[in-house]
Amino acid sequence: MSIVVENLTHVYMKGSPFESVALDDVSFEIQDGEFVGLIGHTGSGKSTLVQHLNGLLKPTKGRIIVDNIDITERTKSSKWLRQHVGLVFQYPEHQLFEETVYLDIAFGPKNLNLSNDEVEKRVREAMELVGLDYDSLKDRSPFEISGGQRRRVAIAGVLAMKPKVLILDEPTAGLDPKGRDEILGQIKDLHRERGMTIILVSHSMEDIAKLVDRIIVMNNSRIALMGKPEEVFSHVDELQEMGLDIPQIAHVIRGLRERGMDVPENIYTVEQAAAAILAMVRGRSNA
Amino acid sequence: MELMIEVKDVQFDYLSYEGQEVAALNGVTLDVKKGEFVVIIGHNGSGKSTLAKHFNALLKPSKGVVLIKGIDTRDEDMVWEIRQTAGMVFQNPDNQIVATIVEEDVAFGPENLGLPAEEIRIRVDEALKTVGMDKYANSAPHYLSGGQKQRVAIAGILAMRPEVIVLDEPTAMLDPSGRREVIETIKYLNKHEGITVVHITHYMEEAVDADKVIVMEQGKIVLQGTPEDVFSQVEVLKGIGLDVPQVTELAYRLRVEGLDVPQNLLRVEEMVDAICQL
Ligand SMILES: Nc1ncnc2c1ncn2[C@@H]1O[C@H](COP(=O)(O)OP(=O)(O)OP(=O)(O)O)[C@@H](O)[C@H]1O
Ligand SMILES: Nc1ncnc2c1ncn2[C@@H]1O[C@H](COP(=O)(O)OP(=O)(O)O)[C@@H](O)[C@H]1O
Ligand SMILES: [Mg+2]
Ligand SMILES: [Mg+2]
Repeated sequence: MSIVVENLTHVYMKGSPFESVALDDVSFEIQDGEFVGLIGHTGSGKSTLVQHLNGLLKPTKGRIIVDNIDITERTKSSKWLRQHVGLVFQYPEHQLFEETVYLDIAFGPKNLNLSNDEVEKRVREAMELVGLDYDSLKDRSPFEISGGQRRRVAIAGVLAMKPKVLILDEPTAGLDPKGRDEILGQIKDLHRERGMTIILVSHSMEDIAKLVDRIIVMNNSRIALMGKPEEVFSHVDELQEMGLDIPQIAHVIRGLRERGMDVPENIYTVEQAAAAILAMVRGRSNA
Repeated sequence: MELMIEVKDVQFDYLSYEGQEVAALNGVTLDVKKGEFVVIIGHNGSGKSTLAKHFNALLKPSKGVVLIKGIDTRDEDMVWEIRQTAGMVFQNPDNQIVATIVEEDVAFGPENLGLPAEEIRIRVDEALKTVGMDKYANSAPHYLSGGQKQRVAIAGILAMRPEVIVLDEPTAMLDPSGRREVIETIKYLNKHEGITVVHITHYMEEAVDADKVIVMEQGKIVLQGTPEDVFSQVEVLKGIGLDVPQVTELAYRLRVEGLDVPQNLLRVEEMVDAICQL
């Protein structure tokens, strides 16, 4: 499903002394089936933006069009929207409320009027996707598990809805490295196999570099940069000024180039770097 | 050297809501020396937070002993003594800040200690200065960035004059510059204020300057040593679902391909030097 955001402005507590402009005239488009990374310093407006995309927040100004439907106009579209646009919140504890892990993940699917068998199937599938053991964890309270396990439960609850658009707001904060790689790998697969549209909000430049087709950079409530990873990551100084960075590996590549080594500029992952360095060294010994 | 934390063969079982026992620590033994900078890594559910909560008596061992500066954490009369010695900082900056003005938030702990107003003033000013947040003393925490909020939370602990600070994933929710700010603050406290630091993280890069890295797995310590020792065991770490810093990973891949780069590379500059010497 495609998403069009036109001149979106959001002001919290408008008219009060605490008024704050969280989004200031933001416009962009996301194509059906795209995998987009959303980055920006804390407080730049990322969470406010994504909460508009599934109707949790209403714009102060501007329009949002999902799958050619103006969601800012039609109030009765909210159920349709929740079903098709899944949002994993930044703080999973805001998302969990049932007595057991099973009931929590089953909550969304149950509201879709699916049979009990189908609900159970979806819960099992979703738990497997996020690496949670069904038998040992399904009856535990979501408040009596570790922080990383809780985050996985929150992600599973959204995956169990099988949304067409999946929005993940810093889903990997608190996940261990393997969990991070596995869950992001599963999401990448869902993107590839089911053509899901995905928006990933993340502070990990490494994960962003590895996964996304395009990056949107937020800075002080506005869009500062937008483009393919290699375009965006070439603005090193600007990114650092905005409190962001480039992947650690990109710093190695910059260091090598400054020392006159012959490696290409636009390298952002360990795999690419290893290949480039090997090519350089082997090229030398063949010369 | 003086021991700040002694953990002797500790087991801990949570009693869950339905009355089930969940074993979270299965025989952990470790020492933290005064002035040390210790980083704990391990996958989700391995017992890191459970262990950390034993360091300030939020949890007491089911079996075994935890001593903080020689004081047994099971001694009910010493709980306040222990909490003053070892302060904790958590993951979510928004859940830790209670007041509407930064300096009031930092004053919260010392006020609870019943200290005189002048003493509180001195401690609050000093703590905010130490974390580089003195300019924001009169700001509303609401308007601060994530990294700044975490530094305020750290100042709140510092105002209690602790000897140990235990940080449970303090950087998990921060942007790159916020992470850098918090890590620099922690290192400063350790080097210049002599505070013993226990830092829990899933970012391997944050462990490279530690004196000691401890790896937890299923409620046990499976590996400990200097960052060079621990991270050179790339395969062992990957086997238990952990990772190494990106630079170390790159070095590992290049070695596998037959290039002569050292195995214990941890930092960008070291990597650049090593490749330039090939
Ligand atoms: N309040 C609780 N009640 C029952 N079991 C719990 C509770 N908190 C944690 N556990 C269990 O104890 C074990 C260790 O959890 P702990 O929170 O110490 O892990 P952790 O290493 O900090 O994980 P993470 O990286 O996800 O923060 C896990 O099996 C977890 O499910
Ligand atoms: N519920 C809220 N009420 C008032 N202000 C808010 C609320 N949520 C966020 N803000 C403010 O809006 C701005 C953008 O915040 P947010 O969207 O959470 O940014 P990000 O997700 O990029 O960290 C910040 O200045 C923040 O303080
Ligand atoms: Mg956010
Ligand atoms: Mg934990």
